[in-house]
Amino acid sequence: MKLTGAQVIWETIIQQGTNVVFGYPGGAILPTYDALVDYQDRVHHVLVRHEENAALAADAYFRATGKVGVCMATSGPGATNLVTGLANAMMDSSAVVAITGQVASHLVGSDAFQETDVTGVTLPITKHNYLVMDVNELPQVMAEAFYIARSGRPGPVLVDICKDAQQKMVDYEPITSVQMRGYRAIKPHGRQDIPALLQRAKELIDHARRPVILAGQGIKHGNAHEEFREFVEKSGIPVATTLLGIGVLSEDHPLNLRMMGMHGEAYVNQAIANADLLIALGMRFDDRVTGNLKTYAKNARVIHVDIDAAEINKNVPADVGIVGNVKDVLRELTPLIEKRSYPAWMEQINEWRADTKAHDVLNVELPEDVLLAPHVMRAIWEETKGECTICTDVGQHQMWETQYFQHTRKNQLITSGGLGTMGFALPAAIGTKFGRPDEEVWAIAGDGGFQMSIPELATVMQENLNIKIAIINNNFLGMVRQWQELMHNHRYSAVEMWTPDFVKLAQAYGMCGMRATNIKEAREVIRRAREHNGPVLIEFVVEKETNVFPMIQPGKSLNEMTRRPIQPAALGGGMQFMKEKAQ
Amino acid sequence: MLIDRIEARKNPTKHTLVALVENKPGVLNRVASLMRRRNFNIESLAVGTTEDPTVSRMTIVIDASRTNAALVERNLYKLVNVIDVQDVTNLPTVVRELALIKVRVSDAQHRGEIKQIADMFQSRIVDVAKESVMIEVTGEEQKVDSILNVLQDYGILEVVRTGRIAMTRG
Ligand SMILES: Cc1ncc(C[n+]2csc(CCOP(=O)(O)OP(=O)(O)O)c2C)c(N)n1
Repeated sequence: MKLTGAQVIWETIIQQGTNVVFGYPGGAILPTYDALVDYQDRVHHVLVRHEENAALAADAYFRATGKVGVCMATSGPGATNLVTGLANAMMDSSAVVAITGQVASHLVGSDAFQETDVTGVTLPITKHNYLVMDVNELPQVMAEAFYIARSGRPGPVLVDICKDAQQKMVDYEPITSVQMRGYRAIKPHGRQDIPALLQRAKELIDHARRPVILAGQGIKHGNAHEEFREFVEKSGIPVATTLLGIGVLSEDHPLNLRMMGMHGEAYVNQAIANADLLIALGMRFDDRVTGNLKTYAKNARVIHVDIDAAEINKNVPADVGIVGNVKDVLRELTPLIEKRSYPAWMEQINEWRADTKAHDVLNVELPEDVLLAPHVMRAIWEETKGECTICTDVGQHQMWETQYFQHTRKNQLITSGGLGTMGFALPAAIGTKFGRPDEEVWAIAGDGGFQMSIPELATVMQENLNIKIAIINNNFLGMVRQWQELMHNHRYSAVEMWTPDFVKLAQAYGMCGMRATNIKEAREVIRRAREHNGPVLIEFVVEKETNVFPMIQPGKSLNEMTRRPIQPAALGGGMQFMKEKAQ
Repeated sequence: MLIDRIEARKNPTKHTLVALVENKPGVLNRVASLMRRRNFNIESLAVGTTEDPTVSRMTIVIDASRTNAALVERNLYKLVNVIDVQDVTNLPTVVRELALIKVRVSDAQHRGEIKQIADMFQSRIVDVAKESVMIEVTGEEQKVDSILNVLQDYGILEVVRTGRIAMTRG
């Protein structure tokens, strides 16, 4: 059939199974928005208030559904506004297709109005990108874009389409399979002798006495939760997860130690530091996970499985490196290994764990008028019985969420890991709610990050989305303040934050607004927010200068972490406020 | 300075990668961007057409003392437009470089000597002017290095080297 380029865009999106697009119109993408009028019954377009949030929402939509997230913007400023969102999707391996309008093909290169070299700008932050000047290429390019975004290690793909290519006609047949010359979803470079590698892995596992599994997001992307649980239970090996690996195994599973790394609980990092075997599955040894590489897990052999060949031996040398889909690899590896358990090793870990519990702020008797972010996280968890999806922003509250919310459901936490993008929570909650309409969705943000995404409150209202928004207000850029306190000798520089009256702000948007300043109120407003059938914004006024512990300071080793001060004997560090309260 | 560079070139830590890439706009940019972005140190990069007009061939020389060649290879391989990459460093390979060298000549005697040197290196004089001659030399880099070394005393006015190209034998 004969279609315009603009129609080809919508046809492909629908054919690929995505029925929501986050975007913002403008001159160079007008033909595509014109065509949208005829596709409205099959695709829902969400008008965001800033293109960055379109990309972030599309990213979260992918994480919530496994379907490719789509965002759309005009040329020039529209496209450049997408940049942070695309970089976020690139770092966290989210399948996103971004469609941008470009000036007409005869104007390309002439510095025409709103012309930006968008493929040039986004080259290092996309898995691949295209500039389409000729409508005849468009059907193939659109199909390739979705295929590349979704397959192998997922990532963002941008398609920049000249205005005239959107307007011109082309013969269109739906493309059901894509053959590309250079691209293969999984590209082990050179030949891999898989049976030999698996055998070698089995031997390392058989001989291990203190093994730890490092579980990453690759397990989610490979939809390998079942295979992973079987492997864990048969091998009897305890699991530490990365931030993005939270949700690959229930956190109440006896073998799940929970999150590792910079703000992981001390016993998790102690286990890794003392391990004699690390089995890394779908994770990439980010510096936030390893700390100082020179001292990282010095006595451990390493088995590393990843779909991306370029991750093997990048940061941590692997004794056995296997390039492949975690699901396929585990299906072959699990039958090879023996059913085992490690009582002595687990006993050691539990000893460390007991020590961690003694440090926990939740076990501290606090004055009645004190509210800490950990209390809020715990209260949301208890009130929702953990049955919700959480989208967090970036900063202290993000780390406290990982520590004090027990994630028992699959892929329950959606957060910005690799890029650490402030302003993620609200657009992510919007994307998530479209992906999981029947789910209770919470956006949890700091007062800093939330103020980066305030405009999206309008989107929430316009789309009538039932999202609960929790602002953890410490009137500081908390995480940066913490670094300044700990590493810059308490010299605060540009971290104090004035905030608006968030309750009135909510009301200005026609949204229900609430505030809590102590634990009792916190529980109360969470309860009321959940009963309210519609969006709610809650401001939790928390202690200003508390720190997230434990912490491995940058460049330090896993066993050099700063522990939580034992309470209440040592009221130093982040608990300074309690001294003042006591006076 | 030239000598320093020649010494560095004798260093056996050089790795040669041959990449076949789709002949499409922007592919060279993608490869160059990858090198910059990952902080890979490349010594030379030569691009040209092949027997297949839709495929270009890149020969990339890496200083492996500063850059992990295997990582370069794997990252190149990830680029959607890259069809194949091979590290040919340890394979039987014919390696060539072409250089044009402009040398100062002050009198007829010099001109004669330079002609002799060119002959010894099986290279050719491709241009003769009043105060200079231009030599075209082809061979492995060491050969180019050597002739440069010898010609240095006469005064080298200009040099251009293509960078290494390579093809496995057989
Ligand atoms: C877009 C962006 N700018 C700057 C930073 C650096 N940064 C990391 S955490 C942080 C503070 C966040 O403060 P807030 O949102 O109030 O959350 P809190 O740490 O107090 O929980 C900053 C500025 C970032 N991650 N992202």
